[in-house]
Amino acid sequence: MTQSALLYALVALPFVGAALPALLHARGRTMIGWAAALVPIAGLVLLWLLGSQVFDGGAWRVSVPWIETLGLHLSFRLDGLALLFCGLIFVIGLLVILYARYYLAAEDPLARLLALLLAFMGAMIGIALSDNLLLTLVFWELTSLTSFLLIGYWSHRPDARQGARMALAVTGMGGLALLGGALLLGDMAGTFEISELVRRGDTIRAHPHYAVALVLILVGAFTKSAQFPFQFWLPNAMAAPTPVSAYLHSATMVKAGIFLLARLWPALSGTELWFYLVAGSGLVTLVFGAYTALFRHDLKGLLAYSTISHLGLIVLLLGMNTKLAAVAAVFHIINHATFKASLFMAAGIIDHETGTRDMRKLAGLWRYLPYTAVLATVAAAAMAGVPLLNGFLSKEMFFAETLTLRDVGALSWIVPAVATFAGVFSVAYSTRFIHDVFFNGEWDASERVPHEPPRWMRIPVEVLVALCLLVGMAPNLTVGPILAVAGASVVGGTLPEYSLAIWHGFNLPLAMSLIATVLGLVLYFGAQRLYNLHAFEGRSPWTGARLYQIVIVSLTKFARRFTHFTANGSLQRQVAVLVAVMLAVGWWPFAGGIPERVLDRYTPLDAIAVIGWLVLVIALGATIAMHRQRLTALILVGAVGLMVAAAFAWFSAPDLALTQLTVEVATILLMLLALPFLPATTPIESSRLRRARDGVIAAACGLGLGGAAWWMMTSAGSSVSSEHVARSVPGGGGTNVVNVILVDFRGFDTYGEITVLVVAALGIVALLAGAPSERESGEAPAFRPAMLALLARALLPLALLLSAYLFLRGHNLPGGGFVAGLITGAILAVLYVGNGAAWSRRQLPLDFPGLMVAGLAIAAATGLGAWLFGRPFLTSAHGHVHPPIIGELHLATAALFDLGVYLVVVGVTMLILEQLGRLVPRREVDS
Amino acid sequence: MELLLASAIGLLAAAGVYLCLRARTFAVVLGLALLSYAVNLFVFVAGGIRIGQPPIVGAAVAMADPLPQALVLTAIVIGFGMTAYLVVLSMRARATTASDHVDGGDTPR
Repeated sequence: MTQSALLYALVALPFVGAALPALLHARGRTMIGWAAALVPIAGLVLLWLLGSQVFDGGAWRVSVPWIETLGLHLSFRLDGLALLFCGLIFVIGLLVILYARYYLAAEDPLARLLALLLAFMGAMIGIALSDNLLLTLVFWELTSLTSFLLIGYWSHRPDARQGARMALAVTGMGGLALLGGALLLGDMAGTFEISELVRRGDTIRAHPHYAVALVLILVGAFTKSAQFPFQFWLPNAMAAPTPVSAYLHSATMVKAGIFLLARLWPALSGTELWFYLVAGSGLVTLVFGAYTALFRHDLKGLLAYSTISHLGLIVLLLGMNTKLAAVAAVFHIINHATFKASLFMAAGIIDHETGTRDMRKLAGLWRYLPYTAVLATVAAAAMAGVPLLNGFLSKEMFFAETLTLRDVGALSWIVPAVATFAGVFSVAYSTRFIHDVFFNGEWDASERVPHEPPRWMRIPVEVLVALCLLVGMAPNLTVGPILAVAGASVVGGTLPEYSLAIWHGFNLPLAMSLIATVLGLVLYFGAQRLYNLHAFEGRSPWTGARLYQIVIVSLTKFARRFTHFTANGSLQRQVAVLVAVMLAVGWWPFAGGIPERVLDRYTPLDAIAVIGWLVLVIALGATIAMHRQRLTALILVGAVGLMVAAAFAWFSAPDLALTQLTVEVATILLMLLALPFLPATTPIESSRLRRARDGVIAAACGLGLGGAAWWMMTSAGSSVSSEHVARSVPGGGGTNVVNVILVDFRGFDTYGEITVLVVAALGIVALLAGAPSERESGEAPAFRPAMLALLARALLPLALLLSAYLFLRGHNLPGGGFVAGLITGAILAVLYVGNGAAWSRRQLPLDFPGLMVAGLAIAAATGLGAWLFGRPFLTSAHGHVHPPIIGELHLATAALFDLGVYLVVVGVTMLILEQLGRLVPRREVDS
Repeated sequence: MELLLASAIGLLAAAGVYLCLRARTFAVVLGLALLSYAVNLFVFVAGGIRIGQPPIVGAAVAMADPLPQALVLTAIVIGFGMTAYLVVLSMRARATTASDHVDGGDTPR
């Protein structure tokens, strides 16, 4: 129990700790630095507490369901490999934090860097510990995001911004591919729990989707670990501050991809495809990186390509499909992290002390920085693979492994040969790193005299270099145990036989090492003497970064052109494109033919329907023909609306008919009020061609919708509403199912819709704010027909009675809040039109915005009331009461909700009409 | 009868789309009104058509499908809100740009 708590604490620690520097940002830099350093120290303590059982061959695992339907669990597992990675992340993290405190200039905010660094640390720990593939992806994306912020730390520099963007784009794209691969993999294995998944390797490899999943996962891993052809983002990410490069690009972020390959090794490896893809990419990366590194003039550029090359070496080892190679890969992960981090830090010291990282300017620093020179030389020697240093051991194992390869048949000699070739370049660029900086000329001390760095900037390098030496000389005492458990968890079970001795006698790998060392020295000094490396300006136009730029630029161009095509500022064009796209999307599923139908249903024609249809079609045709005479067109649309209402009435929808009728009245009234503010006629503007085009689009839409309606009506289908019908009386307490659905079953939906109405009304008020109105210009001397004025007054009580009646019976018979509200609104509107707004307002002082808001509040309160009884929002209750005289009365809380609907509808309708009605046409204001 | 309703829906939709593609705001408002008639009827007939069988429990043995009706009812009311908003928007646009062209200028693009 305590152990599982510790494991969770391990994951949470860096994220929580990331707040420390942020909280202390106003304090001194030393305080911030040590506070941040506490996090990896605490992490190492936790690892130590949990580690003993892992060294005995066990593992800790905790799991809590998170999103069970997706198979996403909060599962964490600490086994050998996770322990190794967590250790590396914390140890190098601690050293980088201490180093950063002294590296960063006074004007750069240290707290921000360290907070981001700790957040990144948390994401990496998450990847290392996660035992659920989907959870791994969550942390994977977190590393992409935090590293984006870290690379772009100096956000005022364009190269930093661009490098950060490129890293994010490439690794983000890889993350997307990885997501696809992970989903496929989980589907094939039947689980997303990694510890379970790796045991089902045989099932996975035999699955027909194996190849697709593998390629997708490899894209994810290769982008992260800068493998060919995705290596180009890494050198550009060197715009980050050096501590960030030392951390992200030596020990952690770029190792995430390799970690994933190692994690999934038992599940995915062992096939020919794995060998060709993984080993092939690793081999190309190994050579390409080593070759390019020699010709870089920037110290960090050299280190970046060297990192690419070493990552390629590790990937190649993992791709070889043998357990021994996998163990060698794990060993090289440890060694590379130590010597590469120390070299980055040394480069940072040189940059810090001289102001440049350009090897064409640097020379003769031995006189000024002898101590740093010694440290850097040891680390570079480890990188080159010199005996008695850690790099030598893993490189020997690598050479030995290349010699055992038999998969490529007669061409088997190629891999060792290429490996030796890369080794030659590795020795050459390591030599250059030392010779070109510390020797090879005199440093011009007139400008700047470099000094040895402060103690705390040196200590991290010293620790790492000491590790290189210790591992190199006593491997069994130092890395032996952790390598054993980590290797065991990669290969999944029994470890192969291997020996960590320094001396294996004179054998072929040693000869390869010797050849590489001698030829490497010859290559470097020869190239320097004969060609002068400083003058080398090899800039191939086909670098990955350039291709990336081309892709990005052409994408942007395409987006701009496409946007200009669809949205050139003309609404007509935009609507036409929109409708055309909609048509295409609607047509798409039927492109292959209309599916068979189960049953055809036909209802016989009747005379009334045919007459209604004729009226509708004639009115419609007339609307189109006369749409330029606006008043006529409005009346014709009104006629169409009446026919629609009639259709509702005829086809058994009394509620809809009532609603449509009253809405029709309100709409026509509204349009009549608006007409004086718009031109009376519409000019002919569109060309004949355009009208024809629009006609075709419109006809296609009509055919599509009409056809779909016909197909739907004549096919047998089951309705989901039988449930609603069955529960209407016992559950909702009403016989009018439509109303019960509105105020009860789908009450939340209705609540949303009345809110939309209120928003529309408020929008109208806002739009009309500031327009000239009746109130300012005094009583408008409008002509008011006496008949209408008197009739409206007489009708008012009757209409209110009708709406009260419809409201009350609404739950059981056609009616309800919407209809009642619209009738009230319509009669009030007629009253306003007939008698003038000022008179009506005096006689009937109603606060329409208030009504609207009160209605919304009542509806909300009814919904919330259910909470008091421990029910969900808008649960309704109903019962019967027996008051005297009236007899039995059926009450439901839904009626209260309906009252809210009623008030909202009245308020909104009247607010809109009143707003429009009090406007005065401009010509009247002018006269 | 099905063909009658389907053709009415199709004609309403065609007329609505045609008017929506015109250049003056008033035509667009009318077009949207017609289009919403078409869509409301379309959703309504999704439940199949019945005559004289309103969805009232106990009124008839069989009944029309109440769910599309409930959906359409709110759609009608919302449609009113939308039409009102559009009308006011077009008035405001004309007051601001001195034109009732949908792009805010008399020169067609």
